[in-house]
Amino acid sequence: MRIGVPKEIEVGEKRVALTPEVATQLKKLGFTLAIETKAGAAASYSDEEYSRVGVEIIEDPRTLWHTSDIILKVRPPKGHPELGFYGIELLKPGQVLISFLYPAQNPEMLQDLANHGVTALAMDSVPRISRAQKMDALSSMANIAGYRAVVEAAQHFGRFFTGQITAAGKIPPAKVLVIGAGVAGLAAIGAAKSMGAIVRAFDTRPEVKEQVESMDAEFLMLEFEDEDGSGEGGYAKTMSPEFIKAEMDLFASQAAEVDIIITTALIPGKPAPELITERMVANMKPGSVIVDLAAEAGGNCRLTVANQVVVRHGVTLIGYTNLPSRLAAQASQLYATNLRHLLTELCPEKNGEIVVNMEDEVIRGATVVKDGEITWPPPAPRLTLAPKEDVGLKAKSALEKAEAEAKPSHPLAFLVPLVLAGIALLGLGAVAPPAFIGHMTVFVLSCFIGYMVIWGVSHSLHTPLMSVTNAISSIIVIGALIQISSSNPLVLILATLAVLITSINIVGGFAVTQRMLRMFRK
Amino acid sequence: MNTGLVTASYIAASALFILALGGLSHQESARRGNFYGMLGMGLALLVTIIGVVTDNQLFLIGGMLVGGAIGWVLAKRVEMTQMPELVAILHSLVGLAAVFVGYANVLEHDSSITGVEQTIHSVETYVGILIGALTFSGSVAAYLKLSAKISGKPLHLPGRHFLNLGLLILAIWFGVLFVDAAASGGGLGWLLLMTLLALAFGVHMVVAIGGADMPVVVSMLNSYSGWAAAAMGFMLGNDLLIVVGALVGSSGAILSYIMCKAMNRKFVNVILGGFGSKSAAGDSAGPAGDAGDIKPIEAEEAAHLLAGAKEVMILPGYGMAVAQAQHTVFEISKKLRDQGVNVRFGIHPVAGRMPGHMNVLLAEAKVPYDIVFEMDEINEDFPNVDVSIVIGANDIVNPAAQEVPDSPIAGMPVLEPWHGKTTIVLKRGMSTGYAGVDNPLFYKENTRMLFGDAKDSVDALLKHLNE
Repeated sequence: MRIGVPKEIEVGEKRVALTPEVATQLKKLGFTLAIETKAGAAASYSDEEYSRVGVEIIEDPRTLWHTSDIILKVRPPKGHPELGFYGIELLKPGQVLISFLYPAQNPEMLQDLANHGVTALAMDSVPRISRAQKMDALSSMANIAGYRAVVEAAQHFGRFFTGQITAAGKIPPAKVLVIGAGVAGLAAIGAAKSMGAIVRAFDTRPEVKEQVESMDAEFLMLEFEDEDGSGEGGYAKTMSPEFIKAEMDLFASQAAEVDIIITTALIPGKPAPELITERMVANMKPGSVIVDLAAEAGGNCRLTVANQVVVRHGVTLIGYTNLPSRLAAQASQLYATNLRHLLTELCPEKNGEIVVNMEDEVIRGATVVKDGEITWPPPAPRLTLAPKEDVGLKAKSALEKAEAEAKPSHPLAFLVPLVLAGIALLGLGAVAPPAFIGHMTVFVLSCFIGYMVIWGVSHSLHTPLMSVTNAISSIIVIGALIQISSSNPLVLILATLAVLITSINIVGGFAVTQRMLRMFRK
Repeated sequence: MNTGLVTASYIAASALFILALGGLSHQESARRGNFYGMLGMGLALLVTIIGVVTDNQLFLIGGMLVGGAIGWVLAKRVEMTQMPELVAILHSLVGLAAVFVGYANVLEHDSSITGVEQTIHSVETYVGILIGALTFSGSVAAYLKLSAKISGKPLHLPGRHFLNLGLLILAIWFGVLFVDAAASGGGLGWLLLMTLLALAFGVHMVVAIGGADMPVVVSMLNSYSGWAAAAMGFMLGNDLLIVVGALVGSSGAILSYIMCKAMNRKFVNVILGGFGSKSAAGDSAGPAGDAGDIKPIEAEEAAHLLAGAKEVMILPGYGMAVAQAQHTVFEISKKLRDQGVNVRFGIHPVAGRMPGHMNVLLAEAKVPYDIVFEMDEINEDFPNVDVSIVIGANDIVNPAAQEVPDSPIAGMPVLEPWHGKTTIVLKRGMSTGYAGVDNPLFYKENTRMLFGDAKDSVDALLKHLNE
């Protein structure tokens, strides 16, 4: 099938849904590819780079929309400013559109797609389950947004992030508070940390504490009856009023102390919760910076203005909504890779034909329009992991069982085998001839020597140990040598055979041991 | 030569053999140890030939020359990956020799001993031949299994425990009959019957054991060959044989114990049944997840990961040996070390088909032994490791052993690469290991799967590293 990638037409959108690298990999799946001219220019991918890996360059976007079986885009389709077309109206039944579509916010567009009989997959609807992580474009973009948020903050922050002792005096490190430790939050923590700042993080979901601390940041805990803020699909849910009050008190005290606040709190389908009040902003030190990653959904601070940088009460509020586009090459690369993984799932035969298998949980979740029928919202996702308590309980019951089984043994129990062995020896000594007892002594002592010596053998030399013991156990040849002078021809034959095979063993065993040992070197 | 001199030489030989085994405690002293072993063997042979052999020297020399030549060729030609097979077949020869010596001893009936001595002698002979025959057929079966000439899957005859019990009772009964008959110089028939029983028992015992337990089997047969030599020593009243037999026997026993401990299995369980024989193995895969949770990776990306790492741990398994990938693995480790990456190898005690198998393979590929570590030495270091590469291993890196209490491998000590930053698993497909247990490691967040033949994958890795 033919994949077409139009240029993004939204103002300020620099990303592109295909990179030359991903194009190479998609060709391996059997697809043919075409891209609108200069589509990758804003993300520093030139037309030459595309055509070098065999992507056809198309001048007219209309041709592209018409002739492609699969359209890959970043942003939902939008009216073209110059050519005056919309995109969807050019589609015909059977064509597939894969893009961010935000079906909840764009019901009319969904209907429009359905009317044209196409199939549409929304990258933002890929279920957030572990096996779909490689296609999770929201996470890829959030990761970039988190990183870029720190870069933007640094841009508007008038001081160093890292602390230094210089000849001119001591510079304290900047203090960064990250609210919401999701993908974006964690990326922000990582970036701020690596620039040398002191990073604190807050999240209503206690299970992220470990992740935060693994990145060397401080996790702010609320002194509160445990209330778990984990909602469905990796998002947080709305908390109780008491909890929110405690939370706000914490933010108020932190706001006065930190230099930079990065907020990432989003609740799906609802306006972003207000976490930073105007009073808190006023309390912040002059020159402080707030980066509000929730600006598009209204902002975690009401003073934020979407797509703008404003200064209020001496604090810079950054409200950029499309941070990934500000790292266009990186974002395009990750997004195109997410698309590639989705196409790999869609194309199980690797023959360049896609199959929209509605039985597959991931594909089902992403598909919002199937052959002219709206299939959004998908049924609730299945849980892929067994509930945590289950394993814990199992382990606990197994432990209890083990404890019950391990009954305390009698303190003198260790004497039993000794006494038994003693009795056996006495019995043997009573009847056996002295020669036998002599041999027995040698045997038992040798076993002990063997035991002591072998424990000292290095684990790495166990194979040479086996081959050398093999060689020396052929000492059995002595038995054959004692017998070989017999006049009985049958004994002679047996003894000769024994000599022959033990000789194989002696020479073979020692030689191979030598060969192996020579290979061990520093 | 008088007996005193012979005995004195035997004492010297015994001491040399003990030194030979003792030398294996360090790589530096190991070669000297092997030399002591050869010296001891040479001394014992020389003294015996001069002091005891009075006739038929031609047969003796002929046998030694032919046997020696065969042994030499075997030792020079064998591939290091085939060491387990070689060791198994050499064990079988010790067993067979014990059987021959035992029979020859019965044929040369010594009428000078009577009463209790006669009984003890007969029992010694009987037991010696029994262990010898068992070792022989068991080792041959193990050889066939290891060289994949017969299936590695455990073969379970119906009612096999009763079958084994029946064989044991029969063997004891035949033994009683033989001792009775031997007092008057007969009993050869019973001996032959018992030998057949022992041969059958040896085969049956080994084929019932699963592929993952092969290291235990190989070391167990090692032990048996020692006990066979010791029994022959008792029969012939020869202390040198007893000493050596006891040394080898306890050596094999300790190796078996170490292997069992490394798999958290009881020795008796290993003998009684193979892994994957219980139906429970299949359904207790644990919270592994869908097959789709896996994250495949291309060789190029994996090479980038390696090039960007500071600490790399390579965890080889039997799959590396099968694919003959150890030389390329060495090239990769060398390349990375030249770039200042700290590359180490982690070896699980039961990786491979016999104890220490991986160490020998890596040594063959010129990997210096001071960067090859044992599981206990490096397991704590994983949190600092940037990239772990698992090559052709499965059960020995299975977190289910720790996480799933009712897993068939629960409690088995395993290497813990999942504590590191990234784990790259080189694997042909998603099949399970010998234990038949799904491996949750493959579904972990920080695990990447590099599918394909181990050799092709490491070749591709090396190629991209060189770019």
